[in-house]
Amino acid sequence: MNAPSPQSLGEQRAVLSARGLSRRFGGFLAVNNVDIDVFHGEIHALIGPNGAGKTTVFNLLTKFLQPTAGKITLMGEDITSTSPDRVARMGLVRSFQISAVFPHLTVLDNVRVALQRPNGLAHQFWRPMSALDTLTGKADALLTTVGLMRERDALAADLSYGRKRVLEIATTLALDPKVLLLDEPLAGMGQEDITAIAGLIRSVAKTRAVLMVEHNLSVVADICDRVTVLQRGEILAAGDYATVSQDPQVRTAYMGREED
Amino acid sequence: MAEIHTSTVPSDALDDRSVSKAEITARRLALIAGLLLLLVAPFLIYPVFIMKVLCFALFAAAFNLLIGYTGLLSFGHAAFFGGAAYFTAHSVKEWGVPPELGILIGTAGGAALGLIMGFFAIRRQGIYFSMITLSLAQMFFFFCLQAKFTHGEDGIQSVPRGHLFGFIDLNQPIAMYYTVAAIFLIGVFIIWRFVHSPFGMILKSIRENEQRAISLGYSVARYKLGAFVMSAALAGLAGGTKALVFQFATLTDVGWQTSGEVILMTLLGGIGTMLGPILGSAIVVMLGNYLATTGFPVTIITGAVFMICVLVFRRGVVGELAASRIGRKFGLARWL
Ligand SMILES: Nc1ncnc2c1ncn2[C@@H]1O[C@H](COP(=O)(O)OP(=O)(O)OP(=O)(O)O)[C@@H](O)[C@H]1O
Ligand SMILES: [Mg+2]
Repeated sequence: MNAPSPQSLGEQRAVLSARGLSRRFGGFLAVNNVDIDVFHGEIHALIGPNGAGKTTVFNLLTKFLQPTAGKITLMGEDITSTSPDRVARMGLVRSFQISAVFPHLTVLDNVRVALQRPNGLAHQFWRPMSALDTLTGKADALLTTVGLMRERDALAADLSYGRKRVLEIATTLALDPKVLLLDEPLAGMGQEDITAIAGLIRSVAKTRAVLMVEHNLSVVADICDRVTVLQRGEILAAGDYATVSQDPQVRTAYMGREED
Repeated sequence: MAEIHTSTVPSDALDDRSVSKAEITARRLALIAGLLLLLVAPFLIYPVFIMKVLCFALFAAAFNLLIGYTGLLSFGHAAFFGGAAYFTAHSVKEWGVPPELGILIGTAGGAALGLIMGFFAIRRQGIYFSMITLSLAQMFFFFCLQAKFTHGEDGIQSVPRGHLFGFIDLNQPIAMYYTVAAIFLIGVFIIWRFVHSPFGMILKSIRENEQRAISLGYSVARYKLGAFVMSAALAGLAGGTKALVFQFATLTDVGWQTSGEVILMTLLGGIGTMLGPILGSAIVVMLGNYLATTGFPVTIITGAVFMICVLVFRRGVVGELAASRIGRKFGLARWL
């Protein structure tokens, strides 16, 4: 399932695309002239060595950072100067490389916070907390999907690193995003969780677009439809996994890591 | 992303998880005891003193709504407190509006000032936020010094208390007292409800992880601004009430010292707890009253108290109590 069918390449329109994306930090070009297209129903991997600029690309696409140059469109709409929260409301939702949960909320409340806004329960300052009880059913369903039901009432801070990553995926899915940007979602997980969450990502990608940074190349080979390789802020290669992994430049720059 | 995390709060103070039946009963009993105390207090203690405590307690609780639940340290809250005192005093004295409307005007004025100040300050982080609130409050101070309606150094004097709802004569000390007590309770209830509401939940998550809240689509600045305006409005409610109690409004209440005092009260009692700021303001007001009779310089003592507070019990009186062994045993953190 890793190679996209040939006819789909031309016809599909990208849900999220960037052209000439660049970002400079002082004198340092962290991202240089990057083009990327993310398609509905596909998983797109963004790989590259440490410090290649993958997270910076994520920050640019989600508008947590303003690009120095380039243009970003989300479902045909130019979002180059849109605020990050608005981008999220439009359906482009990201996770963070360093796990981002609300540590002193319970696992259940973490998911309910994500559900509050889409369900119109975020600005009621006059209603009691029990108003959020209507979200519990949905939250429980999500927790069941990702397999976090047992930890439901624990504080997020008390979860192991891998379980926090799982929780973050649950809160991201709670928004039912059109495009998911996952920054190393499987890092720190045990093998059991890796298999389960990779499978989950595969299944949620059927109805949306996924762009993920991933160091685990066997997972990339397994579940990703497209691969873009980044090195020193520039695109080194792009295409399906088989093509990219045969690219001699990629092999010297990156694939040597496959063994570790 | 140079984000400074300003969370300074013991977050377990907000924890609403699995409260046992016994705890709920204990909580109810404590609440009833508090209400009874408020009811009989004017027969035991000099009412004007308690009214002063209640006004400052509401002020501190409003301030705590901001620092304790959003992590924003405002150095300009005197503008809302003192500003509202002027608005209420002026409207009651010059326009002859009834006291309830006067207090409402003060509250609305505080909210309006909060909206303006918040508009400029809310996107700043950490110390920059504090500096902007301080400088805007100082600008307001100079406005009050220059403006005609405030009567400069003299302030607005002999403000009539009037008749509440047209029939309760507030010149009766006991009527004034119960009015202040009711306003205090309403104010504290509003804060409690605000903190424990869906909106409060978003505030809490913003304080916990602002980046994540943004990535979930929350426009963080708007939620912070909402909390800021609410805090300013309730500080205004306290200031307007104080103007009626003492029948004057002067520059003291808009000065930076008042902004500092409310920080002291909140720190002393315990940031992020419901009871802390109330207790803290009682201690500070009591200290001030006592020292005023001895002629000892008040600022030295309050300065020393502040130092001790920061050095020895950083969580404040109530915060330390909740974190102590007894406090943890009874789960005090959840309901103080
Ligand atoms: N805010 C910033 N200011 C200055 N330099 C930055 C900033 N953010 C990232 N960089 C630099 O940009 C480069 C790319 O960083 P980035 O985090 O995007 O890499 P990455 O591909 O995600 O790496 P990793 O695999 O380690 O996560 C690095 O050299 C980093 O030091
Ligand atoms: Mg990275």
